[in-house]
Amino acid sequence: MASMRDIKRRRAGVESTQQITKAMKLVSTVKLQRAKDRALRSKTYFHSMYLTVKSLLSKSGNLDVIYTKKQECEKKAVIVITSNRGLAGGYNSNVMKLITQSDFKKEDLEIYAIGKKGRELLERRGYYIAEDLSDLMDEYEYADTKKLCDRLMRRMEKGEIGEIYLAYTNFKNTVSHVPTMLKLLPILPEDELIGDDDSQSDDDALIMNFEPDDVDALGMIIPKYVSSLLYGALIEATASENGARMQAMDNATNNAEEMISSLTLKYNRARQGSITQELTEIIAGAEAIS
Amino acid sequence: MSDGNLIQLKIITPERVFFEGEVTMVEFNTTEGEIGVLKGHIPLTVIIDPGILTITTTEGPRNAALHAGFAEILPDKVTILAELVEWPSEIDERRAQAAKDRAEVRLSHIKPETDVDRATIALKKAICRLEVLK
Repeated sequence: MASMRDIKRRRAGVESTQQITKAMKLVSTVKLQRAKDRALRSKTYFHSMYLTVKSLLSKSGNLDVIYTKKQECEKKAVIVITSNRGLAGGYNSNVMKLITQSDFKKEDLEIYAIGKKGRELLERRGYYIAEDLSDLMDEYEYADTKKLCDRLMRRMEKGEIGEIYLAYTNFKNTVSHVPTMLKLLPILPEDELIGDDDSQSDDDALIMNFEPDDVDALGMIIPKYVSSLLYGALIEATASENGARMQAMDNATNNAEEMISSLTLKYNRARQGSITQELTEIIAGAEAIS
Repeated sequence: MSDGNLIQLKIITPERVFFEGEVTMVEFNTTEGEIGVLKGHIPLTVIIDPGILTITTTEGPRNAALHAGFAEILPDKVTILAELVEWPSEIDERRAQAAKDRAEVRLSHIKPETDVDRATIALKKAICRLEVLK
C-alpha cells in the first residue's frame, strides 16, 4: 500500500489540476456566451442575404456566371476552421476526420488553415498548406473573411482552382456540435442552397427587378454571399470550440472530483491502518513486559 | 409630413444593425448612378457603389458613408445589406486622406502589377469618407 505521504501529495496534485479545469470551464462559458450573442446579431444579415440569393437563382436558372458552372480544374481549395489551442475534447480531430476520411485525393487539395491545431495535424499528414491564417481565430471581422474570399475567387477566375470547400463545426446548441463540410463554390443549379429556410413567402408575389441585370447582379452578389457564409462559419466555429472546451473541462472537473474522493478514502484507510498497527505494537510490548 | 409617406428602412451589416426606423426618403449611390427612394418605389435590387448615404427622417437628414453591399427596395420597405457603413463620427479623417493620396499615386503611375480595380475602389471609398465629413 502506498504510504500516507504519497497519497496526500497525489491528492493535492489532483486538487490543483481541478482548480485549473474549473477556471478554464468558466472562461469558456463566458466566451461561448459572447460568441452566441455575436451570432444572434449577424443572423438578420445572413437571412436577408440568403433570401436574396435564393430569389436571384430561382429566377434566373442558367446564367453565364463563372460561380455557377462546373470548373474543369481538379484542384480544390478547402478552408479548414479549427482552434488555436487544444484541450477542447474531440473538437479538432472531428474536423480533421472530415478531410482525411473524405474521398478527395490528397494531391488535389490546397488547405487554407484557420486555426493552429488543424494546420499542424494536416501538415504532419502531408497535406499542402496554401495559407495559414490562424491569427484570424483570435480576432476576426467581416472584412478579414472578405479578403480571403476575394483571393480564393480570383484564383478560381484564373482557373487555378475548381472548387472551394469549407470544413468547420456547426453549432447546433450548447451540447451538440456537428462537424460540417460545405461546398462554397461553384453553386450548381441542382445543389441545395445553404441557409436556414424558415422564410414566410409573402414577398414572393412581387416581381423583383434587378439593376444592373441578373447576370451582373449575380456576379456581384455571390462573392458577398460566400464571404458572409465564411464569416458565419467562423462565428459558429468559435461558439462550438468554446462549447466543446466547456464540456471537456466539465468532464475533467468531475473526474478530478471522483479521484479526490477515492484518494481521500485510501488515505483514511491508510491512516486507520497505521493507528491500528501502532496500537497492536504497543499492546504487544506492554504484554511482553508484564 | 403625414405618416402615409413614411418608408421602413433597415440597414444591416454582418456585425450590427446600423439603422432601423421609419424615414421619408433614403438616398445612396449604386453602380448605375445615384438613387433616391420614396414610398411606393417598384421592387428593385441594386448593387451599391461607394457614396454618401442620406437618411431623411421627419427630424431632418443624416449622412453616413456607405461603401459596399446591395439594397433590396420594396414599395414600403428598404433593406440595405451593407458590408461597410460608417457614421461621420466613426471616420478617421487623417487615415482617409492618406488612403486617398496613396490611391491617387497608384493610379497616376500605373505599372503592370498595379491592381487598377482595387486602387479605384480604394480611391472612391476615401473620397466618399472625406465627403461625408464635410
